[in-house]
Amino acid sequence: MLNTNIFHGTLVRLTTEDPETAGKALSGWACDSEYTRLLDKPPALLWSAKKIQSWIENSLEKGFQNGFFFEIRTLQEDRLIGFVNLIWLSWTHGDTWLGIGLGDRAYWGKGYGTDAVRVVLRYAFTELNLRRVTLGVFAYNGRAIRSYEKAGFKVEGRLRQYIARDGQRNDMIVMGVLREEWLPSAV
Amino acid sequence: MDIHTSLYEGRLIRLGPIDHEKDPAIESKWTHDAEYLRLLDTAPARPVSPVEMKKKYEAIEKNIEESKNQFYFTIRLRSDDAEQNDRLVGFARLYEIEWNHGVSQIVLGIGDPRDRRKGYGTDAMNLLLRYAFAELNLFRLSTLIPEYNPGALRLFQKAGFIEEVRRRQALNRDGRFWDLIHVGLLRDEWHGA
Repeated sequence: MLNTNIFHGTLVRLTTEDPETAGKALSGWACDSEYTRLLDKPPALLWSAKKIQSWIENSLEKGFQNGFFFEIRTLQEDRLIGFVNLIWLSWTHGDTWLGIGLGDRAYWGKGYGTDAVRVVLRYAFTELNLRRVTLGVFAYNGRAIRSYEKAGFKVEGRLRQYIARDGQRNDMIVMGVLREEWLPSAV
Repeated sequence: MDIHTSLYEGRLIRLGPIDHEKDPAIESKWTHDAEYLRLLDTAPARPVSPVEMKKKYEAIEKNIEESKNQFYFTIRLRSDDAEQNDRLVGFARLYEIEWNHGVSQIVLGIGDPRDRRKGYGTDAMNLLLRYAFAELNLFRLSTLIPEYNPGALRLFQKAGFIEEVRRRQALNRDGRFWDLIHVGLLRDEWHGA
C-alpha cells in the first residue's frame, strides 16, 4: 500500500514556497551568522531577499543543482522554519548529498531537524529509489552530527582541518547511509 | 628550491598552457578510451569530439579568468627529440578552490595508456603540489579516487596523501558497487615543505 503522504513527518512537513516568501526567509535567516557558519563553507554573506528570490526563480526554470529543494514547515503552527535539499544527485550511481538548515533557532535541538531528515531520506530511498545518501558536517556542529546519527547516518571519515574559522581549523566529517541500513529502521 | 627554480619544468615533463589548435584532437582521442574516462571520473563515460573539446578549453580559460577558483595545466613531454618535445601527454588541474579555507581539489590524468607508468604522473604531481602550496599558498588538497583505481591511490599516497574517507558503495559500475575514497594532503605533510 502506498504511504499516504510522504512529505509529512511527525513534527514537520516538506513544502514549496513562492520564490518571494522563500527569498525573504532565507535572507532573514542568514543574518544569524552562527546559523550560516554551521550550515555551509562559503564566507558568511548577507544577500538581499531580492537576489535570493532571483536565484530561486532561476533554479525553478533550470532545475535545482541536479537535485531537489524543499522548505520545512511545522505541522502544528504551520511555521516556515528551514529548508532541506538533495544536491549533486547522481542517477547513474544512485547517490546524492543532503543539506539542511533550520533558520529559525527557536526550533533547534527539539527534533524538528531530525524529523525533516527522516522525511527526506524516505523520499530519497522510496520515491527517488536512490541507494545511498551522503552529507558533510563540520566537527564543531555536534548537535547536527547527533541528529544525523539518530536518522541513521554513519561517519565514513573526516576531511582533516578543512574548515578555517575563528583562527582554528576544524575537520569536515563525511557521513553516509545506505538504503539497506535505513530500511529496517524505517516505515 | 627557490625563486630561480622553475615552477613548470619537471624532470621528464613540463606544465604548459593549452594549445587550442593541436590539443583538442589529441584529448578527443583519449576520451574514446572508456577505461581512461572511468579511472578519471565518476560521470558517465562519453567520447568527446575535438570541436566539443575546443569549447571545453575555452570554458576552462573563461572560468579561470572570471571566477578564479581553478588552475589548469597541460602536461607536455620534455625531450631532446624535436618531434617528442612538448608533445601533449596529460592534464593537471586545481579546481573548486575555496580561498577562505585555503583548500582545493586536485586531479591529473595521463591520457594515452602507452604514456603511463613512465613517471610522468609523479613528475607532474610534484610540480602541481609545489604550485599549490608554494605559489597559491593553499593549506590542503583533496581528491576522490574510485576503489577500482589502485594506481591513482598509489600515486597520491606516494606524494603523501592520506586516506580520510571511504564513501561505502558510492559507485555502481560493471554491475557491482565500489567505495569512493577521499584522500587529503596538508601543507605541513608535503614532502617539499
